[in-house]
Amino acid sequence: MAAVKNIFATRWGIIGVGVVIGVLATLLQKWGNPANMGVCVACFDRDIAGALGLHRAEVVQYMRPEIIGFVLGSLIAAYAFREFRPRAGSAPVVRFVLGAFAMIGALVFLGCPWRALLRLAGGDGNAIFGLAGLAFGVWIGTWFLKTGYNLGRATPTYPAVGWILPLTMLGFLALMLVFPQIPNEPKSGVLFYSVKGPGSQHAPLAVSLLAGLAVGFLAQRSRFCTMGAIRDLILFRQIHLFSGLLALIVTAWVMNLILGQFKPGFENQPVAHTQGLWNFLGMTVAGLAFALGGGCPGRQLFLAGEGDGDAALFVLGMIVGAGFAHNFGMASSPSGIGPHGIAAVVVGLAVCLFIGFSMRQKAA
Amino acid sequence: MATVDARGLSCPQPVLLALGEMKKLGRGALEVLVDTDTSVENVTRAAESLGWSVKETQPEGGGYRLVLEKS
Repeated sequence: MAAVKNIFATRWGIIGVGVVIGVLATLLQKWGNPANMGVCVACFDRDIAGALGLHRAEVVQYMRPEIIGFVLGSLIAAYAFREFRPRAGSAPVVRFVLGAFAMIGALVFLGCPWRALLRLAGGDGNAIFGLAGLAFGVWIGTWFLKTGYNLGRATPTYPAVGWILPLTMLGFLALMLVFPQIPNEPKSGVLFYSVKGPGSQHAPLAVSLLAGLAVGFLAQRSRFCTMGAIRDLILFRQIHLFSGLLALIVTAWVMNLILGQFKPGFENQPVAHTQGLWNFLGMTVAGLAFALGGGCPGRQLFLAGEGDGDAALFVLGMIVGAGFAHNFGMASSPSGIGPHGIAAVVVGLAVCLFIGFSMRQKAA
Repeated sequence: MATVDARGLSCPQPVLLALGEMKKLGRGALEVLVDTDTSVENVTRAAESLGWSVKETQPEGGGYRLVLEKS
């Protein structure tokens, strides 16, 4: 591996990053984040959509500083190692739609791939259905990739294009500082703050932000990606990224045992439901959308931080998708899938399959 | 020398294209153009897994030019 100078991109590098994420995620739960949700990109983007009032589900509204930290941490790493490459133009509208449906699918399961791992590490057996669905969705995606699917080339562009999402995140942080949470008040200025439910459970702002910055920095260096982990295993029989994923789950499990957060079972798991089929199919939609979009939700944030304007659009699609998911009754709750959860899965699969089948020209 | 131009393509396209070309060639030399460090690492890893070696990794036009070889 002489040509690979980046120590974080080696086998031990990515394992180390998986360990750090596993430790920080479980500690964030200890410090206030919801159970089995130390870090969840889908849930946290959804909470941000709620904080902004894009949906009015009162229990999931909070401007999660971890997400802000992920993007800015990646930006800092990209600049520090001269990897900031502003680029955009690879079918942006498709990436926006994929982001939206990735979120809609993930909210039928109640979690992104990171949270699926954290849920399993916390003893939530329902996560097995979600992870199986995720793998199935990614597997469908690899079939499209093998048969020529691609969204075309991105081209280099103005640095300011790469700065749009980081600046948006700085704007979100500024809003949090201008309109800080007021205890037991559902609103502060323009921002919504949950007074009960998962949205009301959070680590202190500075702790969340610092943890996010650290993870963002490390993940940018290591190219940590849960979807890529499964994809590369299926496509190339390569276990590089997968070893990071395994490190995360094993570390989180051990940490949960130490912190007394491990509670095995299927019933009454935190922010989870027991409808196995829909846990599976929700994550199938999400996994397929991640594979077609080129990265799991976390990876899209890190790519956006290093200047990828198309990944930034995927992220914005996720936030808007979260608004739709709750406004249209497509998101699940601990009592089960939403009134339109089944329609969400059917439409989501149809949209992803349409994109997969119709965008299979060879790269020019 | 055969060339794979994977500039601007997102993950895992550069690896798919480079692997496809390496399998087609069987041996010899292959030039791969990419535009991100991630792609350099991924293509390098894939090449080494097939027994190819990376002879050169040069910055070029805002991206990189890799030369892969197998004798």
